[in-house]
Amino acid sequence: MITKTPKVGRRSFIIGSATVGAGLALGLKIPFGASVVRAQDGSPEITAWVVIRPDDTVVIRIARSEMGQGTLTGLAQMVAEELECDWSKVTTEYPTPGQSVARKRVWGDFSTGGSRGIRDSHQYVRQGGATARVMLVQAAADTWGVPVSECSAANSVITHKTSGRTTTYGKVAEAAAKLTPPANVSLKDPKDWKLIGKSVKRLDTMDKLTGVQVYGADLKLPGMLNAAIKDCPVFGGKVKSFEAAKVTGIPGVRHVVPVGDSAVAVVADTWWQAKTALDALPIVWDEGPNAQVSSATIAEMLKAGLDAEQAFVGNQNGDAKAAIAGAVKKIEAVYAYPFQNHAPMEPMNATARYTEDRCEVWGPTQNGEAAFAATLAASGLPADKCEFYKVHLGGGFGRRVAYQDYVTQAVLIAKQIPGTPVKLLWTREEDMLHGRYHPVMQCKLVGAFDASNNLTGLHMRLSGQSILSAVRPAALQDGKDPLTFQGLNATGDFAIGYTIPNLLIDHAMRNTHVPPGFWRGVNINQNAIFLECFVDELAHAAGQDALEFRRKLMSKHPKHLAVLNAVADRAGWGKPASRGVYRGLAQMMSFNSYVAACAEVSVTAGNKVKVHRIVAATDPGYAVNPAQIERQIAGSFVYGLSALFMEECTVKAGRIEQTNFHAYDSMRIAQMPKVESIIMPSGGFWGGVGEPTICVAAPAVLNAFFAATGKRIRTFPLKNHGVQMV
Amino acid sequence: MTRLTINGRSLEVNVNPSTPLLWALREQVGLTGTKYGCGIAQCGACTVHIDGKAIRSCVMPVSAAVGKQVTTIEGLAANGVLHKVQKAWGDHEVPQCGYCQSGMIMAVAALLKDKPRPTDADIDASITNICRCGTFQQVREAIHAAAKA
Repeated sequence: MITKTPKVGRRSFIIGSATVGAGLALGLKIPFGASVVRAQDGSPEITAWVVIRPDDTVVIRIARSEMGQGTLTGLAQMVAEELECDWSKVTTEYPTPGQSVARKRVWGDFSTGGSRGIRDSHQYVRQGGATARVMLVQAAADTWGVPVSECSAANSVITHKTSGRTTTYGKVAEAAAKLTPPANVSLKDPKDWKLIGKSVKRLDTMDKLTGVQVYGADLKLPGMLNAAIKDCPVFGGKVKSFEAAKVTGIPGVRHVVPVGDSAVAVVADTWWQAKTALDALPIVWDEGPNAQVSSATIAEMLKAGLDAEQAFVGNQNGDAKAAIAGAVKKIEAVYAYPFQNHAPMEPMNATARYTEDRCEVWGPTQNGEAAFAATLAASGLPADKCEFYKVHLGGGFGRRVAYQDYVTQAVLIAKQIPGTPVKLLWTREEDMLHGRYHPVMQCKLVGAFDASNNLTGLHMRLSGQSILSAVRPAALQDGKDPLTFQGLNATGDFAIGYTIPNLLIDHAMRNTHVPPGFWRGVNINQNAIFLECFVDELAHAAGQDALEFRRKLMSKHPKHLAVLNAVADRAGWGKPASRGVYRGLAQMMSFNSYVAACAEVSVTAGNKVKVHRIVAATDPGYAVNPAQIERQIAGSFVYGLSALFMEECTVKAGRIEQTNFHAYDSMRIAQMPKVESIIMPSGGFWGGVGEPTICVAAPAVLNAFFAATGKRIRTFPLKNHGVQMV
Repeated sequence: MTRLTINGRSLEVNVNPSTPLLWALREQVGLTGTKYGCGIAQCGACTVHIDGKAIRSCVMPVSAAVGKQVTTIEGLAANGVLHKVQKAWGDHEVPQCGYCQSGMIMAVAALLKDKPRPTDADIDASITNICRCGTFQQVREAIHAAAKA
């Protein structure tokens, strides 16, 4: 029995397995009565979100996963704001999903995707902080025998105003933890925030500078073995046979095991031994019918959908088809967006230890509860005999949110070697061949003008993959995948920013055998290119300035317009740019934030594109940590422009052709434009930060490329057209 | 047995001499700050110093490191004092997920040794590490700050 978990950085220890049982038992006793729930070190829990140690250290529980986006710090700021604690004494920890399930999901949703870390939990995490503050102040008042109304809290110190007496959170924590939590504690007015809105430093930087930060790939448990895996390169294929005897004599090799019906793993003393033995292992695959599929056959299938009769309607007003039929001038274009891999720097991995009585897994996941569920399913054990411990992620970008395939594999391997912990780490090649890819989509757009060059109608026909069909079929609405229309909806957190008299946006669903996933930005990436490049095409066809043309369609969308105007003003739209430099615009509403970008590019030799400068604006409602928002904006342009210029996963004989970064490139520092961020929170709503701006990266640059060259490129990535980013 | 000098310490590792230095560091020596990203010297996450020069340890066999000074991210700080690149990285809050940053920091430390006041063009030519989070804007700022420190 492992009684100690590996040290995972100073600031994010994992609650150990030894206390999990105790935690579960105690958890069942709360929330009523006087029993105190305790953290691993015995410190009392005030609310589920706040533990206070006797030395005044404040431990804030974070249910969402930190993968670089800064949510750990932002969420801690939210709790600390209401707690009125000393920020310099704040540390954080991840509660485990097993504990959460045992405590009726006291920490809510663990899923960390869709830019929802803060926007979906701001209310209850602030409530967790505020409730704890009220309890701490009450405990102090009780100790002093004074009315609570005469006491106040600031900076972890409670003061009795009348007498001037003071005490600290650490001193009253035990008493506070015994109180019944009050209901409906009111939250601060945003104008009174002191910590929310402040660019405090991230809580997780130091260990990332010295090599101390432990990622999943770095975990080491006593007696642990290491596994390398190969899954059938054709999605849906199976293992026919493998010759274990050919590699079992290789030094270090301990086991060669099947994993499900589609994969084989070699388990060895070290991972390098496992990997080299796996390379030498003869495996025969039953590739199945998908081996006939190629990028060309997929493209043909999608192309047929562009004119198909049946399609799901996502947004409709007026009669677009009639407007197009009666148009004085008609503009038409077809765009196509490829499969792309997330390629986080840390390849997929998980570490599992299985016995008949208990299964524990450690790993990087964007959704602790889903990873826990995968642990249960793969182990066959009930929830009270399983646990999943989260560690920081070496990047997620959506790959580790809807699919926990690597968790399932790790458990299936460990199950064949009971009692021995096994760390499964994928090679980069395995990661590239077994991604959950950005969906493929084609789009045919037709715009109609009257004799005065007014836009009278627009039909936008999408044809391609549905992510929900693959990951959450129950969320389909009579077969329709509502997520396909991100950025194109009439209302909601992905609303279109234009009013067009006759509009039809519909989707011919064409699914492939290549599994789709949520890829940073998800469907709004291609939708923003389709819409914002085509709007540019329409403006050009109408002989109008791209900004003025948009403004005329945006009078009923003031928040969309505000961010667009902000980037246009800052970039100097309408004024001459430097010699040889051209500008392009894009705007969208994305994950409940309003975003816009103006790109400045120059093009030499017809194909060498230098992106000099990006001015990007976002209105996320509230800006919790502006410095981190700036970093997410700049980073989103790296991810988005890498995709635009360089990234495509092509299919040949049913499998992905690109096996590593030599064939699937990513931007380097030399290609990085200067990104100027305008953060303009207008209040009253909560928008996302991690993903929203990525969608305007590509269309802003493409529109600038057109301004520079007069060329419209409508299929991606640009490298396929000989266009390079320099 | 292969004798290596790592972060100033002489030690023996029991691996096949063709094993990449990266895996000897991570699995034999227990220094996991140096990361695996691609295994084909494309991404730079595995960057360490060999006799002060930045190299990608995922494609360098252990045998090639014999008799040379190997420095990893764990050995960059001296006597508990952060290297000026690490300091600048903290001041400018460069890391996001942080997985590539050990390699990035090692690459930059080697650049500054070679060119104490690098121009943007020097940075562009020398720093070719992949960062999927996209920290390049802060990386550039922090390099210039470290150069002035």
